[in-house]
Amino acid sequence: MAKTAISLTVNGEKVEALVEPRTLLIHFLREQLSLTGAHIGCETSHCGACTVDMDGQSVKSCTVFAVQADGADLRTIEGLAAPDGTLHALQNAFREWHGLQCGFCTPGMIMRAWRLLQENPHPSEAEIRFGIAGNLCRCTGYQNIVHAISAAAATIAGASKEAAE
Amino acid sequence: MIPAAFTYYRPRTVPDALSLLGAHSEEARAIAGGHSLIPMMKLRLATPDHLVDLGAIAALKGIRAEGGAWVLGATTTQAELIAHAGLARALPILRETALQIADPQVRARGTVGGNVVNGDPGNDMPAVMLCLDAALEVAGRGGARTIRAREFYRGAFITALAAGEIVTAIRIPAPPAKAGAAYVKLKRKTGDYATAAAAAMLSLEGGRIATCAIALTNVAPTALLAEAAAAGLIGAAPGAAAFAAAAAAAEAITDPAADGHGPVDYRRRMAGVMVRRALAAAAERAGG
Repeated sequence: MAKTAISLTVNGEKVEALVEPRTLLIHFLREQLSLTGAHIGCETSHCGACTVDMDGQSVKSCTVFAVQADGADLRTIEGLAAPDGTLHALQNAFREWHGLQCGFCTPGMIMRAWRLLQENPHPSEAEIRFGIAGNLCRCTGYQNIVHAISAAAATIAGASKEAAE
Repeated sequence: MIPAAFTYYRPRTVPDALSLLGAHSEEARAIAGGHSLIPMMKLRLATPDHLVDLGAIAALKGIRAEGGAWVLGATTTQAELIAHAGLARALPILRETALQIADPQVRARGTVGGNVVNGDPGNDMPAVMLCLDAALEVAGRGGARTIRAREFYRGAFITALAAGEIVTAIRIPAPPAKAGAAYVKLKRKTGDYATAAAAAMLSLEGGRIATCAIALTNVAPTALLAEAAAAGLIGAAPGAAAFAAAAAAAEAITDPAADGHGPVDYRRRMAGVMVRRALAAAAERAGG
């Protein structure tokens, strides 16, 4: 099958690749770019384990073709920590608040939370629950995930306040 | 779950999209947000040889007011609709409905046009468009035409759209003065289709219902306009007794399937409950 050339930005780096049109974005990320953080869970647009950020929005990468990401700016869980390995506030908060057990949903959950906190830096508990409604977790009962996202929001707000002072 | 191979096109204009669809008529599909089509392709229930992506056509995007009417470009995403403050003030039922569709990631990609045009009885926007008497602006190689939403749905996944045509925009007329509207949906969980849902819009004059429209989601092969239910309310005082009669009339036209959402009788009754709640909310918003 003929391949199509695509050019996009992934975690701040330019990427050029050849893809079959039928290649799903999640398969492209995992198999061609070896970015295996985003997971294949249900493959039916329900579970959110494959969530990545595309042009400023959370998307389920199992329901986007890689050719549709031509020209896009993507961020995956691999692009969240600082280059020196310092974890993002959300990653720290998920660890501190025990926001994961098996960890399968975590990359998608954190990427969704990362976008949610940019859409709404001070979400209420209800807003967090509504905002992560497209991400399923079968271990935690969500309680500690919600705590973790709240805690990260406070940390990020504190850090930006400190920076302003 | 890997779709069958296809050739991908990303035209920039409506005429280019129409020529591509026309050139490959039986084997081509248009794709907007893709959140109905891509899952079908992964299951190989859809195996188009040619996929025409409408996502790069600027003319299909955007939300604008035209006089009292609102025009939604077909590839406006649910997220864009939700974020539009002017539309939310003028027609809050659209935002209310969009927020009940799927989840944030799906709303980021899923389009209003796709939801309306796909003909899936589980989609939420068709009933709202029936209720608001929206018109679909259609482009084809033979020219443009307009189809009322009320004449669009023929059966499950069967619509008045001809092969090679696409819907370019949805035009929603200004609601009557002193109107209120609501969309109420019963679903088992986030992302689920409705067990039953109802859209209602009514306007009041001197404490009586002057105009009314009611439509139902997912309790028949298509969304249903509950005409007799609405007609029975004209001239009535809004309240529980009138709304219960309308709910009964609406239940009578339903033809739900027994499936994971519940048995037939349950879904029929839930359609009535959704009608009562939608009417009560619409009346409150109308100032009644």
